[in-house]
Amino acid sequence: MVTVAAEVLLAGPAASATALALTAPISFWGGVDPKTGLVADPRHPEHGQLVTGKILLVPETVGSSSAAAILLELVHGNRAPAAIVLHEPDAILLLGLIVAKEMGYVTPIALRLDRNRYAALHGREIRVSKSGLLTADLE
Amino acid sequence: MAMRIVAETARLMGAERLIAIESAHIDGALYHGDSGTFFAERLVAGGAKTSVRATLNVGAIDLTGCSRNRLPPHELEMARRMMTAYQQLGCESTWTCAPYQAGHRPRLGSQVAWGESNAVVFCNSVLGARTNRYGDFLDIACAIAGRAPDYGLHRSENRRATVVFDVSGVDQKFLRSDLAWPVLGNLYGRLIGDAVGVITGLTFRPWEDILKAFGAAAASSGSVGLFHVAGATPEAPDERTVLRDAPAVERIVVTNDMVRDAQGRLSTAARADRIDAVAIGSPHLSLEEFDNLRRLLSGRHVTVPIYACTGRHVLRILERDGHRQELERLGVIIVADTCIVVTPILPAKPGAILMTNSGKFAHYAPSNTGYSVLYGSMGDCVESAVWGKPIFKVASW
Repeated sequence: MVTVAAEVLLAGPAASATALALTAPISFWGGVDPKTGLVADPRHPEHGQLVTGKILLVPETVGSSSAAAILLELVHGNRAPAAIVLHEPDAILLLGLIVAKEMGYVTPIALRLDRNRYAALHGREIRVSKSGLLTADLE
Repeated sequence: MAMRIVAETARLMGAERLIAIESAHIDGALYHGDSGTFFAERLVAGGAKTSVRATLNVGAIDLTGCSRNRLPPHELEMARRMMTAYQQLGCESTWTCAPYQAGHRPRLGSQVAWGESNAVVFCNSVLGARTNRYGDFLDIACAIAGRAPDYGLHRSENRRATVVFDVSGVDQKFLRSDLAWPVLGNLYGRLIGDAVGVITGLTFRPWEDILKAFGAAAASSGSVGLFHVAGATPEAPDERTVLRDAPAVERIVVTNDMVRDAQGRLSTAARADRIDAVAIGSPHLSLEEFDNLRRLLSGRHVTVPIYACTGRHVLRILERDGHRQELERLGVIIVADTCIVVTPILPAKPGAILMTNSGKFAHYAPSNTGYSVLYGSMGDCVESAVWGKPIFKVASW
């Protein structure tokens, strides 16, 4: 068993899900389809993968300032990741969660963790505690 | 609610205080789903009003009626409700991603809260006003509160260039062409991420529309919020000043090979032998760009439609001078208030190919429209539209 402590950026419920570590920066607008939760940018290495219900590890965000709107829409439509892990806090993306809370929606927890640790977590079943502990069971 | 959103963001980003802002540009009125409409209507219901000048970025509907979209009835209704809600909050109905060419030009050193990645980068870089990259919701929250969290590019120490982007080794004739700047912007954005860089090695002073094209491409491929051009942009009288006498963290020496590679990346249909449409105007076309379009067409009808995206500030003048009618007669579809990558205007057509001169359209069209893209200069886009197939007259690589 491996446990990694991440910093809680925005509080949310504990989660248990598969980790999806993106291997390239992503623009949520144009990069994730809010209607399906799939990575929609054909030039992105994780094109076609589902972010819904995952522990989503995001090494870097790029591009449009509409990312928050896409994340709010994912939350509103129950298609959000179970937890969002960022290399560094990103106001553009996390605004989606701040507003989702204001609107009374149940929002995923957002954490900060160095992107160098993402590869070791990718594809594993991860438990995320409310205090930001990420636990992976080694098979 | 607006002030709570501003304060929570300040906490998240480690800002110690809020600062007063002079204006805002609001990207939040573009429909991405019902949740955004509900948020705007919640603000209206609470009696919120903007406390500073706030212009609006594109919406999902062309309210001028120049172009039609294919939004289903529910989405159309929700998008219209959203646009109405933002007007009720006191925002100006500019509906453009180039507010800086529609009379909204904050002065050098002023603090503002702007959304829309290309507008942010233009505002910071070309005007020298100070804004972070505001996202949906925070932009309107700041416009209502009249305050913004004091961090990032609002602060002088973070506006220093740390990376030099030296283009002195790139063919200068190429650099003077409109083809070059979306390509350079795309390269710059990918290499530099969110750092602040200074472009050096130009032998001429870049004009506004190429800086606009560069910034838009750079802000699509990277998280660029501010760039400097030594000897051209207001905070960069020269390289040393903008580096604030410190050594550059990184010096990127751009080669012709790097530019060639970047240009190749802008197209996803490089071997196309036909095109289905041409799109120009991301960011929205200026009057000068329309003049250029009319000159290039010189009265010829197009075989495939040219979608020319712009704002009301330009449309008014085109109509006054009879140019809208003339362009439409030649087969140009003018799109106002919105653009072809944010709302379904292009006909649904599997396997279709879009030619564009915009680094931003080239970046977003494949995922947002389903069209493959072919990148070319404005001149080549127009020739290709006239002939209905890709024509490259402008010497490229």
